Amino acid sequence: MNAQHTLQGEIPGYDIPLTLEQLCRSCALNRDQVMLLVEEGIIEPKTPGARATPQDWQFHWKTVTRVRTSARLQRDLGINLPGVALALELLERIDALERRLQGRDSG
Amino acid sequence: MEYKDYYKVMGVAKDASADDIKRAYRKLARKYHPDVSKEKDAEARFKELGEAYEVLKDAEKRAAYDQLGSNWQAGQEFRPPPGWNPAGGQGGFHGGNASAADFSDFFEELFGRAQAQGRSGRRNAAGPDFHMQGEDRHARIFIDIEDSYTGPTRQLSLQVPEISPEGYVQNRERTLSVKIPKGIREGQQIRLAGQGGSGMGAGQAGDLYLEVAFNPHPRYRADGKDVYVDVPVMPWQAALGDTLKLATPGGNVNLKVPAGSQSGKTLRLKGGGLPAKSPGDFYAVLKLVNPPADSAKARAAFEHLRNELEGKS
Repeated sequence: MNAQHTLQGEIPGYDIPLTLEQLCRSCALNRDQVMLLVEEGIIEPKTPGARATPQDWQFHWKTVTRVRTSARLQRDLGINLPGVALALELLERIDALERRLQGRDSG
Repeated sequence: MEYKDYYKVMGVAKDASADDIKRAYRKLARKYHPDVSKEKDAEARFKELGEAYEVLKDAEKRAAYDQLGSNWQAGQEFRPPPGWNPAGGQGGFHGGNASAADFSDFFEELFGRAQAQGRSGRRNAAGPDFHMQGEDRHARIFIDIEDSYTGPTRQLSLQVPEISPEGYVQNRERTLSVKIPKGIREGQQIRLAGQGGSGMGAGQAGDLYLEVAFNPHPRYRADGKDVYVDVPVMPWQAALGDTLKLATPGGNVNLKVPAGSQSGKTLRLKGGGLPAKSPGDFYAVLKLVNPPADSAKARAAFEHLRNELEGKS
C-alpha cells in the first residue's frame, strides 16, 4: 500500500506477566469467558498473595496459547469446558509420550 | 476456479440427512483439528472441511449448491451458471462468521462474501462525537525455526477484513514488514500496537496479534525453546565412537559420539536451542542405521560380526 517501514512487535507476557485485561485482549475473549477457564482449572493465574483479587492476577505468556487452543476446541468441536480440560490434559500426555518415544525408536 | 465437491470432502452421500452431516463433521473435525491432529495437511483439510460444513449444514445453501447438478468433478474448472442467484433475494447469504473470510473462491463465487453484522451500520449512523477504540485483529503466521535464531524482517501479507460502504465485509490484502523477535517460540504472539482496526473518532486503533507457528522442518523440531535433530550413525560409529560434523541452526559444530552409544542416545549441545536470556538447548538424537547386507563382502562382514559377538549383548 504505502511505503513500508519495519514494525517491531513485542511478545505479550514474555518479559512482564499479563494482567487479566491484557490476557483477554490477547485472546479476543471477554472477561467472563476467561474467568470460566480459571474456574475450570484450565488456566491458573500466578497469585501474588492469598487475598489476591482478579485485578492482581498475573499470567504467563503460555497461558495465551492455552486459552486460544481452548477457545478453538470449544468452537470447532463443540466440546464443553470439562471436555476441553480433558482434551488438553490428554494432548499433553501424548506429547510427553511421543517425546519419550522419539528417543527410542529408530524410524 | 475449481469446483469443490463438498459431499466428498465430508465423506457423505448426496442424500445424507442433516444429522449424518453433523456427525461426519464432528468426526472429521476431531481428526483434522490443527490443535489435535498430527496429520501433515491437517490445517488445509480442516479449512476445507469447515467450508463444506458451512454449506451442507445450511438447508438453503445446500439446496443452492445441489442446484449446480451432480455432473461436476472436484477440481474441475468451474463457472457459475448464467443468472446464478442462489439467495433468491438481495445480496447473498447472511450470517457468515469470521472464518468465512478464509473460504475458497469457489465458495465466495457461489455464496458471496460474509456480510458484516449489525454493528457497522450503527457505527456509520453515529454522530461526529462518537469515539470508539478500533478492534484488535488476530492472525496466525508461519515462520521457519531458523528465523527464531536470526530474527529476520519478514514481509507478511494478511487478509484484512474491511467493511465496504454497502456494509459487506471484504478482504483486502495488506502487506506488513515485521521484525521477527529473536528467540520467538511456537505458540507465542507478536503484538503490533496500533496495527489492528482503526478507531472511530478519537478512538485509538486496535492492536494486531500474530500467533507464531513453525513450518514443518525436514530436520529440526522444536519443543519450547529446545530444538531436536535426528542424526543417523553407522553401527561402528556408535560402537567405537566418532566425531561428526553437524549442521545446526546456529552453525556447524563437531558432535562427539561417545563409544558404546545406542540408538536413541541424546547428546546435548547446551545453549544451542532458541535464543533467550537462558537459551534453549540443542539435542542430537542418534539413530542407528544398519547398512544393507547386499553384497558378498557386506554379508561376510556381518557374518564375522555374528560369529564374534553372538550372545554377547
